[in-house]
Amino acid sequence: MTFELSDRVQAVPPSGIRRFFEIAEERDEVISLGVGEPDFATPWAARDAAITSLEQGKTSYTANRGKRELRESIADYVADRFELGYDPDEEIIVTAGASEAVDLAFRAFVDPGDTVAIAQPSYISYEPGVIFAGGEVLPVPTTKDDEFRLTVEGLEQAGAADADVLVLCYPNNPTGAIMPAEDLEPIADFAREHDLMVFSDEIYAELTYDGEHTSIASFEGMRERTIVFNGFSKAHAMTGLRLGYALGPADAIGAMNKIHQYTMLSAPTTAQYAALEALDSCANDVQEMVDQYDRRRQFVLSRFREIGMDVFEAKGAFYCFPEVPDGFTAEEFAEAVLREQGVAVVPGDVFGDVGEGHLRVSYATGLGDLRQALDRIEAFVDEHV
Amino acid sequence: MSEREVLELLRENARYSTADIARMTDLEESEVEATIEELEAAGVVRGYQAVVDWDKLEDERVRAEVELNVTLDRETGYDDIAERLARFPQVKALRLISGDYDFDMEVEGDSIREVSQFISEKVAPVPEITQTVTHYVMTSYKENGIELGDGEGDDRLSFSP
Ligand SMILES: Cc1ncc(COP(=O)(O)O)c(C=O)c1O
Repeated sequence: MTFELSDRVQAVPPSGIRRFFEIAEERDEVISLGVGEPDFATPWAARDAAITSLEQGKTSYTANRGKRELRESIADYVADRFELGYDPDEEIIVTAGASEAVDLAFRAFVDPGDTVAIAQPSYISYEPGVIFAGGEVLPVPTTKDDEFRLTVEGLEQAGAADADVLVLCYPNNPTGAIMPAEDLEPIADFAREHDLMVFSDEIYAELTYDGEHTSIASFEGMRERTIVFNGFSKAHAMTGLRLGYALGPADAIGAMNKIHQYTMLSAPTTAQYAALEALDSCANDVQEMVDQYDRRRQFVLSRFREIGMDVFEAKGAFYCFPEVPDGFTAEEFAEAVLREQGVAVVPGDVFGDVGEGHLRVSYATGLGDLRQALDRIEAFVDEHV
Repeated sequence: MSEREVLELLRENARYSTADIARMTDLEESEVEATIEELEAAGVVRGYQAVVDWDKLEDERVRAEVELNVTLDRETGYDDIAERLARFPQVKALRLISGDYDFDMEVEGDSIREVSQFISEKVAPVPEITQTVTHYVMTSYKENGIELGDGEGDDRLSFSP
């Protein structure tokens, strides 16, 4: 028999990253700046806690919403770091990665025909998530001139006033842009004025190199309409452990839990033990990684400027978003630099049309490799531009 | 605290160019140069060396960790004994430590015979030294913060979201 794909699955095109992956596989000695995950291992204390939990045979399901102890710990952490107050019993759910939390939110709150405004360039999973839920995507472009920050004018021009949900991701994947409090405030006003729900993916919050991260949920009247996503993949270098969480008002989290309890039952137990320890004792490890990323960030930005490629000052996550030189599309440049120089970067249009003309360059890679990769990009530019 | 940052980077890799360090710290190249010069002049930075995995070379290199116990008298202190021992080129590191013994000494030579001879002929006879216990290094897994051996490389996907 042939499988008849659902319309929703058919509506999602194949991932733009996939093709590049195949080219990279053919070549030896590719230095990849295409990765969206830390090159550090999970802090040892957290790994150790995971091992100990296994040794003790703690391998059964936990509560659907996650271990209570972990939810309490998350509540303390977000209160301490981001001035967010959430009740561990009702307002927090622990998920299999922030990815699951994002998916639960789309499925719990987006009906067929609902419009989800997404600030672009954006992380690649939101749009398919909306489509799988039956909703419609409304791209809200941000531009280099605004340092890829979302503005009220941008929202208005895109028609976001009529949307049902607004998706934010700051610090941003792929641009590295952040939204300081003064930039977020008018966005919060807009959301209240037009009665939008806000999904705020703050998984890179700890990776903010200039000032402090502010959550949109911390503004007056925003907590009621916001779901915050976070997790342990990025700052705690736990991608493979698959652990994230969502924060929101009790009825919203309850709705997400309804789906979660039938699809996932509970997040990985071993990972929950690792996460508990990560919050308990790994703040220094996080700080060390953040310091390293910051040095690499400055290195990479400075090298792109020397090479003569325009790049705005990325201030968060572990990506920067340089412009490709004239005469190339993003995809042409990325493909040529991969084939000729063995450096893998992601063309910006993968993250939405407004990303065209840019590259996502990840610096979650050792400095030695970064230096070599940037030298190779320089050689490429010298030869072709 | 640019001094601290520059030091950390030099310790990570003393061959980073001043230009690289300037890029990473957002200092001017001239500032980096001046900072390094000051650190060298003040004796904070004492030298630059390669971290070598001897197991990867054909050449045999023998290393030993030696525990030393000493007795002090009115004329001789730890510093005097240390000064005398530190002069030997075979001694690569020498530390006064707390615990069951007094000095922890790292010795290097071309053969076990050479190292043994050095300890029995040069070290043991030092009058204040009451006991030496020699541990030969069999395999080194980490030196100066750098892991030795083959490592696993980066097996992350070359592209990921
Ligand atoms: C913005 C953003 N959100 C979510 C995720 C997924 O995180 P998790 O590993 O917790 O599912 C990523 C991973 O790249 C991301 O960049």
